[in-house]
Amino acid sequence: MSDKVKVTIDGITVEVDNGTTILNAARQIGGDIVPPAMCYYSKLEGSGGKCRTCIVKVSKGSEKDPRPMPKLVASCRTTVMDGMEVLNITSPEVLEARAGVVEFLLINHPLDCPVCDQAGECDLQNLSYEHGLQQTRFEFERRTFERIDIGDKIQLHMNRCILCYRCVFVADQITNKRVHGILNRGDHSEISTYIQQVVENDFSGNVIDVCPVGALTDKTFRFKNRVWFTKPVDAHRDCNHDTCNGKVTLWYKGENVLRVTARKDEFGEVEAFICNECRFDKKLTADWVIEHPTHIDDTSVIASNHYETLIPLHVIQPNEALQAANEIELHKKVKY
Amino acid sequence: MESLSNKKKVLDQKPLTLMERMYLPAIFKGMGITFSHLFKKTATIRYPEVEREFSTNFRGMHSLKRDENGKERCTACGLCALSCPAEAITMIAAERKPEEKDLYREEKYAATYEINMLRCIFCGLCEEACPKEAIYLDGPIVPADYLRKDFIYGKDKLVEEPLVMKK
Repeated sequence: MSDKVKVTIDGITVEVDNGTTILNAARQIGGDIVPPAMCYYSKLEGSGGKCRTCIVKVSKGSEKDPRPMPKLVASCRTTVMDGMEVLNITSPEVLEARAGVVEFLLINHPLDCPVCDQAGECDLQNLSYEHGLQQTRFEFERRTFERIDIGDKIQLHMNRCILCYRCVFVADQITNKRVHGILNRGDHSEISTYIQQVVENDFSGNVIDVCPVGALTDKTFRFKNRVWFTKPVDAHRDCNHDTCNGKVTLWYKGENVLRVTARKDEFGEVEAFICNECRFDKKLTADWVIEHPTHIDDTSVIASNHYETLIPLHVIQPNEALQAANEIELHKKVKY
Repeated sequence: MESLSNKKKVLDQKPLTLMERMYLPAIFKGMGITFSHLFKKTATIRYPEVEREFSTNFRGMHSLKRDENGKERCTACGLCALSCPAEAITMIAAERKPEEKDLYREEKYAATYEINMLRCIFCGLCEEACPKEAIYLDGPIVPADYLRKDFIYGKDKLVEEPLVMKK
């Protein structure tokens, strides 16, 4: 078999390595056709396949076997075949199924966005804004849990959790000792440290960044400010930790650094995991070398009133021809 | 040539008649009209003692509402400040303590909530943005004042009076 395979997603053909998943092939194309992913995280091995938001329709299996796949498939777990044709946003069936998945995800979600610190950068919020219903059809009580403090820096709101398992994978793969996991089964599943043990290691703060909803939040940022009123700035420092490169995003309000997060790419995934010292302990401008304002997508609520470059309006742009024509008027000291 | 619109009127200035030249009759006629207005209904009212009835969609001073149990509805979500085109609203959120459960509705509340009434344009977008039905522009006209700082209304002026139950 050749190394490269051709796959067509929503009519756009792309050549990818053999063994790539449909989701990653779509990400290589980029744009609107990338299926949303709540549980898949490219930096975490074994993630994906749980939330089903990335489902797509395979209208042609491959060049050799052109039959369509009988059901919608999870694009994060299905690898591409040569000549495969995939429909994502061009298929009403996929959009309808995705709206159904969002409804399921929201069954137990408290929708306390006005209180939640994740609001404004929440994947579930974006997803329900695009696909969700205005009202719930769920007539029963939502499951509720007490808030749990995992250590003094991280807070767990189990109510908001969608059980994507990302934080469990982080603890398994990034940190050397996992002390939290998922208890119970089905509807009763919950993320827990079992006896509310403290998650203590240098990379535990990354569970905050990977959480697609507001279930795991930074306690040092709790209720400090809304995300869209803060100003993100890329910065770095020399971190002594072996595996941390010290490249972060600082979230400013005025002159204060309210919180520090890892840098996120266009798919909401961190570029590199950062250590807890960078995240929680270095909150002074003096600790960091500031690079430039973080690029924010225009469609994000955080982009409101944030400008990366100064683009003056046409009326205040210098017009040399006009200036030359009115030279005497411009340099006159007294008006009359 | 005939005019296009036929609306033109040619005024001819005639010399004044004897009655007009006497001057005083016209003066007394005018004074009579002025005097008759003393007995008619006045068009003005004595604001601020008397206030006119507002239309139902009038937008006046903001008020922060309480729910049926007298708890403050605002959770300091910041959507009013985000939607405000004049950037008149600022707030600082705080976490509710267990003993404050009767004061605030949700676990987060606005510790300070300020509206700069000089900036506010009374467009009502904050009212529309509020997901908790906490802010309404249902008050009177914002009164005049002498100092700029007195136009920054805090929670002391904005929050609705708690409902007093009748025995």
